[in-house]
Amino acid sequence: MELLNKWPIYYKKDVISHYCPGCGHGIVHRIVAELLEEMDLGKQAYLVCPAGCAVLAYNYFDFDVIESAHGRGTAIATGAKRANPKLFVISYQGDGDLSAIGTAETIHSANRGENICVVFINNAVYGMTGGQMAPTSLIGQSTMTSPAGRSPDVDGYPLHITDIVATFPGVTYAERVSVSSPAGIKKTKNAIRNAFQTQVEGLGYSIVEVLSPCPTNWKMTPAKSCKWIDEEMVKEYKPGLLTDKREEKRKERA
Amino acid sequence: MNKVFMSGNHCIAEAAIRAGCRCYFGYPITPQNELGEYMAANMRKVGGVFLQSESETAAINMVIGAASTGMRVMTSSSSPGVSLKQEGLSFLAGFEFPAVIVNMMRGGPGLGNIAPAQGDYFQSTRGGGHGDYRTPVLAPASVQELADLTVKAFALADAYRTPILLLGDGMMGQMKEPVVFPEPITDLPEKPWALKGRGDGPSRYQASLILDGLEMERHNWKLVRKYKEMAEKETLCELYMMDDADFAVVAYGTTARIAKGAIKRARKDGLKVGLVRPITLFPFPDKILQKVAYQVKNFLVFEMSTGQMLEDVKLALGGKQVEIAFHGRPGGVIPTPIEFSRVIHRYYRRILK
Ligand SMILES: Cc1ncc(C[n+]2csc(CCOP(=O)(O)OP(=O)(O)O)c2C)c(N)n1
Ligand code: SF4
Ligand SMILES: [Mg+2]
Repeated sequence: MELLNKWPIYYKKDVISHYCPGCGHGIVHRIVAELLEEMDLGKQAYLVCPAGCAVLAYNYFDFDVIESAHGRGTAIATGAKRANPKLFVISYQGDGDLSAIGTAETIHSANRGENICVVFINNAVYGMTGGQMAPTSLIGQSTMTSPAGRSPDVDGYPLHITDIVATFPGVTYAERVSVSSPAGIKKTKNAIRNAFQTQVEGLGYSIVEVLSPCPTNWKMTPAKSCKWIDEEMVKEYKPGLLTDKREEKRKERA
Repeated sequence: MNKVFMSGNHCIAEAAIRAGCRCYFGYPITPQNELGEYMAANMRKVGGVFLQSESETAAINMVIGAASTGMRVMTSSSSPGVSLKQEGLSFLAGFEFPAVIVNMMRGGPGLGNIAPAQGDYFQSTRGGGHGDYRTPVLAPASVQELADLTVKAFALADAYRTPILLLGDGMMGQMKEPVVFPEPITDLPEKPWALKGRGDGPSRYQASLILDGLEMERHNWKLVRKYKEMAEKETLCELYMMDDADFAVVAYGTTARIAKGAIKRARKDGLKVGLVRPITLFPFPDKILQKVAYQVKNFLVFEMSTGQMLEDVKLALGGKQVEIAFHGRPGGVIPTPIEFSRVIHRYYRRILK
């Protein structure tokens, strides 16, 4: 008998996950590890993990990892990739990290068309610090710092940062996906594969936004959390391809 | 190489390239723009990376990224921009990544002005960012020394795995002087800790988070041991006309140059005055000052600030039977040698008659 779902070689064995049950981070970690193996990129991989729930990602990833200050992932990724273009550079970031404190770094690394991949976990809250409102929180969403629900009058509107950067000429690939269902997980893997391929071919910046459950801070069961993504979150953040300029850039470069 | 006539800012950039620096990240700010501009014109010629970042915060984090791969890397700025770099300096110190950070100080606080000042001494020598660390600081006082200390800064950064601050000011950056550059360094030290992709070996990570208190404490003491070793081996200080002196001026960088002019004048009038010029501000040359205190009982600290290095002098000479006076011109005012020689005369007469 052959084992179909083998343990990814770039995922450490015998470690106990610190993620909450039903958290989306673990799913995306596994996808990243599987793809690095399938695409034979693990040996040159360099991943920047954020301040956020994924701060300990190096406990799981069995390739080279560095930790960033809150929001600075794409600046560190820029420095590393420019210094050593042979590295395969990934910046793994949460929504607070990428679209609040790190907005400037996000916008400008995207605008420069840095040849890096950004994996963006949108769980509509600040997970690590206990469920405060994020720029991505939905209107009416109750969080620790919007207890009566996010109100546009005082809190502004959900920020669509991936849609913004997708309009940049330097951003070659941008897609929004969700890990709330097996079909969504499959799409997520495909999107991240395309993003990785973009960097392999030297075609520029790629970003995959993953709608990801945070049952703990949403105060829902894991099942209910997935339902909330499928019924509420997707209304604000519609999954789908936001830009794919790979063909165009291949021609430009040929 | 022959002597060339060059401004301080250009000189640092050229010396850095010769020292094997192959990555520069920076954001424009007066009075150090010429440094980044020189890098823009010359870094790519040697196959290096020049990148104008979106902010000083981004620049210092790009420095972290490049340093993590083992590259020799530099960023430069002036006071307000260096404030923004403090987050990254704290991380560099924690990671123990080598990097060279240049601060050409200007008047402050706030936007202040663009004139030379020495108001960032505390920020430079006390750590500047959050957490229990210090940044070694080199304070050149001539264009030749800018070249020499830039090269030295990279060597120290690699040897001790620490960020090194090169502290000058607007005047140091703008003034032109003859300089002889060292030959380019091609033999760079191995960095086995650098992240280069795991290849066929085990994976590695560079973490800044140390959740265990005891482990964090060990890390803090490890940094302290490193600073102590640097204090023993790397402390630099110039003694100028101190052989027969009975009165010592203590000044660094631009004020030390002004003090030398003033001391020459005072010497003509028969005053036996000399200069103690700290070249490393951290580690501070306290042992040297203590030795001087056997000979000299009166010190005059001279800074373009309201009195910052003054505290280190007082700490170094604590418990000694000495008098420590202070003369400061903060805010971007450049005192003249004539002015300062009058100050020396005033104190000298009052104290030694
Ligand atoms: C400069 C700074 N400010 C604040 C924090 C505290 N902090 C750590 S993680 C975080 C938010 C993380 O939220 P997100 O990026 O959405 O990641 P998640 O935990 O949800 O995956 C905050 C505010 C910090 N580490 N550094
Ligand atoms: S708090 Fe939320 S994001 Fe963080 S580990 Fe738990 S479920 Fe995941
Ligand atoms: Mg989040």
